[in-house]
Amino acid sequence: MSDNTEKPRNRLALWLPLAIFGGLFALFVHGLMRPADNNVPSTFVGNPLPEFDLPAAAADRPGLATSAFRTGKPRLLNVFASWCVPCAAEAPQLAALAQAGVDVEGVAIHDRPEDLARFLANNGNPYAAIGRDDKRVVQIAIGSSGVPETYVIDGQGVIRYQHIGDIRADDVPMLLGKLKEAASKGAGS
Amino acid sequence: MKVAFLAAMMLVVAVPVAAQQEVPPAPFAYRQLPDPDQEAKAKALMVTLRCVMCQSQSIADSDAPIAGDMRSEVRTRIAAGEDPEHIRQWLIARYGDYVTYTPQIKPITWPLFAAPVIILALAALLLRGRFKRGERIDTGEQA
Repeated sequence: MSDNTEKPRNRLALWLPLAIFGGLFALFVHGLMRPADNNVPSTFVGNPLPEFDLPAAAADRPGLATSAFRTGKPRLLNVFASWCVPCAAEAPQLAALAQAGVDVEGVAIHDRPEDLARFLANNGNPYAAIGRDDKRVVQIAIGSSGVPETYVIDGQGVIRYQHIGDIRADDVPMLLGKLKEAASKGAGS
Repeated sequence: MKVAFLAAMMLVVAVPVAAQQEVPPAPFAYRQLPDPDQEAKAKALMVTLRCVMCQSQSIADSDAPIAGDMRSEVRTRIAAGEDPEHIRQWLIARYGDYVTYTPQIKPITWPLFAAPVIILALAALLLRGRFKRGERIDTGEQA
């Protein structure tokens, strides 16, 4: 009696596993083809910088404290290290930004003063101040997971943007734009 | 030739990695807390936190320098009497949910918690149907 009504339903059930397989196959292919993005973006953007006061990492530059970021002018906070290869690669771009009138503040991670001095002598020193962060206290407190990373901080000390990885030549205008944006935001609040 | 190139590459890569270990590690990166209760609390939290550098290991398992610094941060906070869940939330505020292996109850995770209930309900419904049919066969009502 129920034969007539059950047949079409069964046929659908027959094709269902294949459809599920097809769907999963497409999902996996899509996942495998997409280049892996291993960056862990900071979710702390939009928050004020945490309080810190790092000792000087270089002989000719002062240390770095949160108060340096509350002067009304947006700044870059560059997390770097002498042992980090891409940090040397981004040095010319940081120099160009400093040349353009941007204040670049550095946080040196796990760095010995002699190593840092050699790094700065070789690659130039665009930093206004360099704080020594041997325990990554500041790095972890701002949600940075590696070096180099560059943060745009507005004039009130609020984190406005995070750039992960080295700054390439075409990132310079972008960062200048973000600084400009931060200037209008920092003044507005 | 190839071997020499590889050896040279390994030197180039290995030197900077070794260099970040020139600075002594953070105080509690490789040292346990003196109080065993606090250390147990710290350990329980650390095995559920992801190392943001190596990404497939917990900070308790990882030998990455940043994992050591995160362990030191966790142990220092535990020693200061901070609640482990508060430390987890502090890290989530910085690295997102990605940093914790323990799923958080949030709008996006509701299927995770609802799925077992839904599956159990479906199974109960299915079984009820089966049992009913079985009863009918037993009592000979089917024919």
